[in-house]
This record gives sequence, structure tokens and C-alpha cells, in this order.
Amino acid sequence: MDDCLQTLADYGLRSIGIGERLLPRTDFTFCQQVVLIGSGMIWNVYFAILALGVGFFLATAVALGKASDTWLIRKPSEWFIFVFRGSPLFIQFFFAYFFFLSLKGPYPFFDAFTSAWLGALVVLFLNTAAYSGEIFYGALRSIPKGDLEAADAYGFSGWSKFRKITWPTMLRLAWPAYTNEAIFLFHATTLVFFTGFPALQQRGDALYYANYFADRTFNPFIPYPILAVYFILFTLAIIALFGAINRRLNRHLPNEARARMRLKPNIIR
Amino acid sequence: MGFYVSFGTVLLLLAITAPSALLFGFAGAAAARSQVLPLSLLGKGYTAIVRGVPDIAFFLFFVIALDQAFEWVRHRVLCPDWTEPIRQGNDFIVCAQAKLPLGNAPQWIHETYGFMLAVLTFSIVFGAFAANVLYGAMRAVPRGQLETAEAYGMTERQTFWRILVPQMWVYALPGLSNLWMVLIKATPLLFLLGVEDIVYWARELGGIATPQFTDYPHGDWRMWYFLVLLIFYLAFTRVSEIALDRLMVRLSHGQATAAGEAQRKAAA
Repeated sequence: MDDCLQTLADYGLRSIGIGERLLPRTDFTFCQQVVLIGSGMIWNVYFAILALGVGFFLATAVALGKASDTWLIRKPSEWFIFVFRGSPLFIQFFFAYFFFLSLKGPYPFFDAFTSAWLGALVVLFLNTAAYSGEIFYGALRSIPKGDLEAADAYGFSGWSKFRKITWPTMLRLAWPAYTNEAIFLFHATTLVFFTGFPALQQRGDALYYANYFADRTFNPFIPYPILAVYFILFTLAIIALFGAINRRLNRHLPNEARARMRLKPNIIR
Repeated sequence: MGFYVSFGTVLLLLAITAPSALLFGFAGAAAARSQVLPLSLLGKGYTAIVRGVPDIAFFLFFVIALDQAFEWVRHRVLCPDWTEPIRQGNDFIVCAQAKLPLGNAPQWIHETYGFMLAVLTFSIVFGAFAANVLYGAMRAVPRGQLETAEAYGMTERQTFWRILVPQMWVYALPGLSNLWMVLIKATPLLFLLGVEDIVYWARELGGIATPQFTDYPHGDWRMWYFLVLLIFYLAFTRVSEIALDRLMVRLSHGQATAAGEAQRKAAA
């Protein structure tokens, strides 16, 4: 037990470079695997929160753009969504990494983009913006037209109509699908360190460490189940959080009219 | 040259995986519907286990796990008088005859074996998704259709094969076409499974790992190679989208759905 506390102190924050420098090399204990993989989860959570948080706003903008009547706004939005939804995230990561790498030469400004914390974040951000943009666009098109007519009748227009009527209704309709998207994105964060982005000084995410242990011990039956348990726990946390928001978005509706949260199995993007 | 062949590898993977994943999925969905409790638990457990865990973790897990499972079974069969434990600390040791592929096998067998493992892994993971889709589709077939079949005196098996299965495809197709798109986009993960696929070659050919010995007289072109891959995948998904839309129109023909009804009205 004391051993394990010591391991926790040594490796608890290993993934962000605090604590013991060397990873364990031989005699891997169960505790070490749990602690290190858990430490890697910091990165998964970091990528998921920031990409979703910032991506949300771009997604709204893209959804509005795709629903726009102006050709000049609609086409770029459609293409943005098509490019990011139509190609594998894996290839996007690779392309972005080498793209930033080649920009780095002439412009030192792009130095930070070649490391995972920023470069991969940008890719995840754009990717989730495209996927959620499509979800929001679908929701935007299925807003009951009675709601919008009622808003017109009450004298809402422009920004206040969007802010008070269109946007909340869009979110309410999109929320169950958006919850699934959040879960997909969270799972997609595991791809980061398997593409070009280097794990400097072996600071990687949960899957990076799980893979490290599986490679060293030739025994996949311990690290991967640990990883699975972590991911299931965090997925449940996401479901709880988004469920609470869903209840708030639907609080004005009678019980039976509320949108149910339906969870779909996660799928690679 | 390897670069162009690897496009074929990807297509081959898709061609083998799609039907076999469908088969796995069909078996899973049929099992989940079963009246026998252990069988239905098995089917439901199979679909449920893929939820909540990143798939890439499954890919990494299954390749080693399947490899070790095969070797373990062969070890048991081929070397019954081997007494030492298989797991010795950090090593996984089986007798030489049980090695897969055999240590003295030619290179192409090694590559084919790796590819087969990858295909099997893809089939298992995507089979779980397909099982989920097909299970939903089976439940979407109108209850009245099945009741009519029973009223005509069909056995359970006849109802399943003659009424349920032919009708479920139209309900399954939106989910399955989504799955096909996802499968296309999952193919670059082959790279992680150690197969020399397009990602591998794009990195190799574009790179300048050893500039003085390299055959490729250019700078770092990896970015352009990946751009080509990006466009390849975009084009592939677009073509699939169009093809699947056409298929949906065909399948809706004469079905008791909104799309089928619309076709009937247009024709009348």
C-alpha cells in the first residue's frame, strides 16, 4: 500500500512531466500500470475539454453558415464540414503534423503547433466543429416553424430572435446527438500520440502508456482493461454532465415531450 | 511501387472485412434475439462491450490477444509434453512448432498472417457495430408482419428467415451505410496494426530519414503524400455516398415506409 502511494507520488503527474523521469522498465506492478495510465488520462481530458469547449462556438457558426441563403457563406461551410467529416481523423492528424512541420522552417511561430498540446488540439477542434456543425445544422432545420412564427409575431428579430428562440431550441433538439459527439471526441483523443505528434520525454496519453506496458510485458490483458475501465468511468461522467444540461434545456417542457437521451455505440471517426 | 500496391491493400481489406463484419453482426444480432438466455446474453454482451471504450484500444488489444490465443491453442495441441509455464515474467513463450507463423516461413507468409490478424480484428470490432444496427433493424420490422406469419402457421425459424430477414435490410441500410463510411475511415488504423499500408508508405516515401543514402531526391514531401491520401479518402466517401443513396432507393421499393410510399405515389 505504501509502495503504491509512493508510486502515485512518483508517477501521478508523469504525463505532464512532473515526478520521476524514467518510466518503470522491469517488474511492472499492477499499481504502476493503474497510476501511469490514469496519469495519461490528463491529456485525454485536456484535449476533450478544450476541443469541445472552443469547437462548440465554431460549430454554431458553421451550422448557421450552412443554413445561410448566401452562396458565399454556405459553400465554404459545406466544404469545411465535408472535408473534416469525409476523411479519417487519423490522416488529418498526420497531414496537420507534417503541414505544421513544413511551416515551422520559414516561420518559427509555428514551433508550438508541431507539439501535441497545440497542434493536435487544433485538429481535434476543427474536427469536432465540423461534426457538431452538421448536428446543429440538422437541429436548425428541424426547429418547429410555429416557434419561429410565434417569435416573429412577438416582435423578435435579428440577434434577439436568434439568442432567445432559435439558438436555445437548436441546442435542445441537438443535445442528445451532441452528447454522442462529445463521447466520440473523447475517445478520438486517444489517436493523438499514434500519429505524427511525438510524445516528448514519454509524456503521452492513457493509450500511449497502456501500449507501452503491453509492449513491454507482452501481456495485453492487464493494461487495456485498465484503460477500458478509465474510459468507461469518464464516459459515464460525460453522460451525467450532458444529461444535467439536457434536463436544463428541456426544463420548460412537459415531461413526455422531452427529448430522450439515446446513447449510440461509439464509432471511430 | 509499394505505395500503389498499398491502395490495393486497403481495398482488399474493405472487400474482406465488410462481408465478414456483416456476418459477425448478423450472428450477434440473431443471438441477442434468441430465446435461450446464455445465447442472448452472449449476443448482447458482444455488442455492449464495444461501447464506452475507444476502438483503437480494441485494435491494439485484439491483435496481440488473438495472436497469443492462436499460439496458445497450437502450443496445447502440438507440444503436450511441454512443462514450463507459458508466461514467464514478461515473456510469452511457446514451443517452436507452435509459433505462428513458423520461424522459418518466408516473408510473404509473415505479411499475410499480419494482414489476416488485422482483418479478423476489424471484423470483430465492426461486427459488434453491425450487430447493433441489425438488432435495431430486426426490431423495426412491423410486428404485424411477424404475427401474420405466425397466423399462417410458420415456425419460428421460417418466420425469421422468410419474413424478418428479407424485410429488415431497408431499416438496416441507413445504419449500415453509416458503418461503411466509418469503416472506410478506419482503414488507416491498419498502420497501427503493423501492416504496410498507405500511411506507412506515405511516411516512408515522403520522408528524408537518411538523406545521403536515400533514393528519393527531394525534401520532406510527407505533407503532400498525406494530402493525396486525404483527397483519396474524400473521393472514396463521396462515391460511396452516391452509390448508397441509389441502393436505398432500390431497397425502399415496395416497402411499407415513407420512402416506399413516396415511390408508389410518384409512379401512380
